[in-house]
Amino acid sequence: MAVWVSVGGCSLLSPIRGRLRVGQAAVLAWRVPLRAAGTGPVYDVVVSGGGMVGSAMAAALGHDVHFGEKKILLLEAGPRKVSGRLPESYSNRVSSISPGSATLLSSFGAWDHVCSLRFKPFRRMQVWDACSEAMIIFDKDNLEDMGYVVENDVIMSALTKQLDAVSDRVEVLYRSRAVGYIWPLTCHLSDTSPWVKIDLADGRRLETKLLIGADGQNSMVRKAAGIQNMRYQYDQSAVVATLHLSEATDNNVAWQRFLPSGPIALLPLSDTASSLVWSTSHEHAAQLLSMDEESFVDTINSAFWSNLHHSDFIDTAGSVFRSAISLLMPSGTPARQLPPSIARVEPKSRAVFPLGMGHATEYVRHRMALIGDAAHRVHPLAGQGVNMGFGDIACLTHHLSTAAFNGKDLGSIKHLLQFETERQRHNLSLMAAIDLLKRLYSTSVAPFVLLRTWGLQTTNALSPVKEQIMSFASK
Amino acid sequence: MWGCGGLSRAARALVGARGWSSGAGPPGRRLGAVAGDHYGPAFQTGPAGFSENYSWKMQLTSNSTRSAMKRLYSTSHTTVDSKEMNKFQLLAHRWWDEQGEYSTLHSLNDIRVPFIRDTLLNMSGDHQLGSPLSGVKILDVGCGGGLLSEPLGRLGASVTGIDPVEDNIRAAEQRKSFDPVLAKRIQYKPCSLEDIVEEATETFDVIVASEVVEHVADLEMFIKYCYQVLKTEGSLFITTINKTQLSYILGIVVAERIMGIVPEGTHDWEKFISPEELECLLDSNGFLVKTVNGMSYNPLSGSWSWTESTSINYAVHAMKCRVKEQSSSREPPSETDKEEHPAEASASTTV
Repeated sequence: MAVWVSVGGCSLLSPIRGRLRVGQAAVLAWRVPLRAAGTGPVYDVVVSGGGMVGSAMAAALGHDVHFGEKKILLLEAGPRKVSGRLPESYSNRVSSISPGSATLLSSFGAWDHVCSLRFKPFRRMQVWDACSEAMIIFDKDNLEDMGYVVENDVIMSALTKQLDAVSDRVEVLYRSRAVGYIWPLTCHLSDTSPWVKIDLADGRRLETKLLIGADGQNSMVRKAAGIQNMRYQYDQSAVVATLHLSEATDNNVAWQRFLPSGPIALLPLSDTASSLVWSTSHEHAAQLLSMDEESFVDTINSAFWSNLHHSDFIDTAGSVFRSAISLLMPSGTPARQLPPSIARVEPKSRAVFPLGMGHATEYVRHRMALIGDAAHRVHPLAGQGVNMGFGDIACLTHHLSTAAFNGKDLGSIKHLLQFETERQRHNLSLMAAIDLLKRLYSTSVAPFVLLRTWGLQTTNALSPVKEQIMSFASK
Repeated sequence: MWGCGGLSRAARALVGARGWSSGAGPPGRRLGAVAGDHYGPAFQTGPAGFSENYSWKMQLTSNSTRSAMKRLYSTSHTTVDSKEMNKFQLLAHRWWDEQGEYSTLHSLNDIRVPFIRDTLLNMSGDHQLGSPLSGVKILDVGCGGGLLSEPLGRLGASVTGIDPVEDNIRAAEQRKSFDPVLAKRIQYKPCSLEDIVEEATETFDVIVASEVVEHVADLEMFIKYCYQVLKTEGSLFITTINKTQLSYILGIVVAERIMGIVPEGTHDWEKFISPEELECLLDSNGFLVKTVNGMSYNPLSGSWSWTESTSINYAVHAMKCRVKEQSSSREPPSETDKEEHPAEASASTTV
């Protein structure tokens, strides 16, 4: 038909058409034995993956005013975590929650639960180099909190409570694993269902108008959709542990030191305890895990205090630069503080996990969106991983809420593409910066050390730049 | 040109003549000459011609197996233009491809749905969050594949979608059948407005005629039918295209022939109507025009926006006025008149 040709030739629309077509190829890859035309339940939104990001997504939609009549389902492969009393000792998996993420959590009432359980705000962040005296201090002039250190279990407990509060709109299926996804054909044959079909391990089939993949770095949703994932395995693993300080202190500073083997960070948990996140080589990580508790504590203390990696050349160059800056900016730079020293480590709190970077080339397809680690995975050195996921949730909820209020089909790719553009812009710049920092600080070769020393000192002296960094990272 | 009928007609309209018996006027005031002289003869022949049509209609009504399609071709009081029907028949399967021939209509939802929703919300005091239009009965005339019926249904309204092209209704039904919520809220009927006028008198809170009036055969008749089917103080939403040089250049030459945004031959410039004329027609048929807004389409972004200028596309919101008192200037009422218009039974008793 001549009409077909004239529209098909319109190049403005072809990127979208291409996006819609590729999804069809994925149907063949994930073919499951067809059953008779299922008349299973049709949900408006299904969130696959009940971790922090998936649960928060389901809770955010469930509490949204325009989703009052919608049906939402959260699929989680694991069992429901019984929310009894909090254990006395701190968990070794903690997250640094930015103010932006805290705002999102409070928008559906989860932050109140976090506050009533356990959390630690911090006001300052000191980051310094092991190879030189250069350091940078972030703090907010107006005595606001820069961020909060919260155990992952506490966040999950708060989210579960809020999901229970909207159980009429949000159904949660525990111990349910999706084994296959069938994407709708986009050539609009009227006799086939236009929804996404999900096959569960127990044989049930569900249909949904929008599938949100929040199933982590090895996302099955992403693989089923055939979306390319650019990944890079860092030669590093992160060692986590819960540490007890030598003496009680006003523990409201987050510390991070860049060693040549990787950054070591201390996040405050209380006035007497802090959480350790040490990214280092695989071999060193294995050593740290296996050594006895005393040696472990000594290693940590020396990592923070020793000047082993300093060289005279760098020290001189650094101090010359510093005096130059203080001439130009007599107001000076914030005073350096000394990190606390560690007395002992909580028994059985040491754990290790590998680190890598990943980014999905597309976040959305027709009737599908990826959020959290399924879309992007970063190095923990900037404490941004889960915050990027929460940022995805805020953006996607905003677009879906507007779409629902306009009576739109929730799975329509138009507003999903808007979400993708907004988030990719933010996430890619942040990921590039984090990756750059990681590489820059992984070396002890003099020119790079000099470069980063001067760079760090300059940035430390320029408050507007620091403020920009803080506001970007706290979104 | 068409002649708005002048002040005398407007005065007559205000005083009370409505519907069929709105008084004889010059034949030239009829719009949509393509479909032929349906309107004129009925009035020239006077009451006699009236009763002929009336008895014929009564026969059909009693016929239990009414076939809507057959009737459309034979009735002489139709708003449906068969040439227009054929145009849409060919593309009946393309409705739901968001990037296909109807992509401009899909993206038009981004402004017309909020327009309808916000106008209705502003008029009513409270609403249920999550279902802002619940309890509202809407008639979507010329619903096509249901592109506008579905969003309105999702917002909670009970929608009846009608379209004379059966294939369109089939496409709409099929699409709706997969969604359990919409299947209950939306009803589709393959008929035209005149077919439901009797059974649906004063039934609907809202009528939506979006991108339709430029395709009807007889616009004034269409508006009169809308009047009958609406409840008092009900709303009528129309979106259509202005009849200007700009709308010819951009709306037909560029959109259809050059850029292929709209399938070629969709629009006939002769049938476009300016907002002033439309307002005039509405005023003289018992409506009060509340809002006229210009709309414009950006082909690069594929999106619509509101604009000051109504030179190409525009949207109108009008409300059905309360029934005014009848005056003696009305035609001598025949028995057939009274029976044919039960809606005006209360009015006719004052004659």
